Amino acid sequence: MQEMIGNTAGHANHALGEMLDKIAEHKGCGTSGGSGKSSCGSSDGPSDMAPEVWEKVKNHPCYSEEAHHHYARMHVAVAPACNIQCNYCNRKYDCANESRPGVVSEKLTPEQAAKKVLAVASAIPQMTVLGIAGPGDALANPAKTFKTFELIQKTAPDIKLCLSTNGLALPDHVDTIKAFNVDHVTITINMIDPEVGQHIYPWVYYKNKRYTGIEAARILTERQMQGLEMLTAAGVLTKINSVMIPGINDKHLVDVNKAVKSRGAFLHNIMPLISAAEHGTVFGLNGQRGPTAQELKALQDSCEGEMNMMRHCRQCRADAVGLLGEDRSAEFTTEKIDAMGEVVYDAESRKTYQELVEAERVEKVAAKEAALQELDVTDVRIMIAVATKGHGRINEHFGHAHEFQIYEVGSFGAKFVGHRRVDLYCQGGFGDEDTLPSVVRAINDCHAVFVAKIGACPRDELKAAGIDPVDSYADEFIEESAILYFKEYFAKVCAREIEHQVRGDADIRQGAFTAAA
Amino acid sequence: MAYKIIASQCTGCSACEPECPNVAIREKNGVFLIDPKKCTECIGHFDEAQCVAVCPVDDTCVIDTAYPRYQA
Repeated sequence: MQEMIGNTAGHANHALGEMLDKIAEHKGCGTSGGSGKSSCGSSDGPSDMAPEVWEKVKNHPCYSEEAHHHYARMHVAVAPACNIQCNYCNRKYDCANESRPGVVSEKLTPEQAAKKVLAVASAIPQMTVLGIAGPGDALANPAKTFKTFELIQKTAPDIKLCLSTNGLALPDHVDTIKAFNVDHVTITINMIDPEVGQHIYPWVYYKNKRYTGIEAARILTERQMQGLEMLTAAGVLTKINSVMIPGINDKHLVDVNKAVKSRGAFLHNIMPLISAAEHGTVFGLNGQRGPTAQELKALQDSCEGEMNMMRHCRQCRADAVGLLGEDRSAEFTTEKIDAMGEVVYDAESRKTYQELVEAERVEKVAAKEAALQELDVTDVRIMIAVATKGHGRINEHFGHAHEFQIYEVGSFGAKFVGHRRVDLYCQGGFGDEDTLPSVVRAINDCHAVFVAKIGACPRDELKAAGIDPVDSYADEFIEESAILYFKEYFAKVCAREIEHQVRGDADIRQGAFTAAA
Repeated sequence: MAYKIIASQCTGCSACEPECPNVAIREKNGVFLIDPKKCTECIGHFDEAQCVAVCPVDDTCVIDTAYPRYQA
């Protein structure tokens, strides 16, 4: 059987080779990138890619960094079953206050899910994407997953459908995925070498048998590669998620990146391992650490010349609702949805809202272009943390920020390179002195922090830590402001008023928002 | 004998339900149950019990010694 899989994949490989190359080239995905300019996956826009590809990603918060400031997604937890076991996953539901993939508070039937989608779409007009991401594997529950798509396609045809899978069952479902016009599929690929894979996957369930060890990892990687090739051939955009596990697959992910790129993957999302002991995962319990912010960024940077990297992933739950940095799922529990009675889908108001967003996006790009004029050429680059609640503007108070978005700024312009979750500094109107050090550690690699407003005390603390608190760009666009700040910064460096220094490493916070909403 | 599911360990994920060749598994109160009258321990169907093979929690689908061994 092994051989059979191998042969099929090999054959497909051969036949598809040319087509895949063409598609990869067609998408303009970073073959000649690497100039510090992020292309399609995380950029400003249409200039980087074919119009039909831009059309597919422009309103998808996960596939376009630019879109994630404006558009929201929701996941419906209709797929509880899984066909593999991963050492970073523990399949328990309802872990309180926990934000990580594979966890939900309640599972839904397809009918409940369809009603929830209508309710959310009516309340959040910027919700453009419906994804099925578990809490198990979307394609280990094909009947429930596709029934949900069928119902939503009928009632809310403008909502984009997407799904995420470990890839084991993927080759069996590509035709159905295509038939439902699913434009986006995410495959989690953590290795292409079974030697590496055996340390990540204890077992897979395939063709009525449980496989373990190297054999399990070999089956999984062969099915993943075959599925990816089939999706590329079918014209479906693919995002590859990889969990960075220091000491196990961190160096290997460069090879994974090359393998998926050569098979036409659109976007690569390298995420830090989440492994707290209280999650009860194998990695959590055996003390396997996740990467630091600097390790993660270095790996993402080294892969970027090869293809588009996603850096704005919030590793959200299988029932998340809202913009990527927020979770509004508590507003839409089954109990609340059931109490709503008939939900009428208001396509018109959604359209009106989205037109406003489009106008704002155009304005934002123009502002950035203007700021880019007369930018000096230099190797100096700085990192800036930004408090924002969306729309691409600096519009959040320091004390109210659940996370900071991180931009790297240099003569190439301003580039989104990540985000850091933090504990809320401001609790009930008072600053919490205990949380400030953890906030500082989370953005310790940044030269400045942009906020809409900030209190005197944290302002002094940040200054003491060498981070410049900046509120003079309140409500302005992020990228435009970052470039203007950089111009001033660089002028001061040239005038020897300040000395440019690279800052240290920063923490990636484990776990969920612990602050009360 | 037949297999049984230890309810306190069942996550309710439903992975076992469609794999059972005897349609012996159903959901009750958020967890899954095996009907011992229908369970054949997968003998005659597969080399290993499917509920055991697919269950994400070890030692959750176990032999119920209260029932005599299944005779094919």
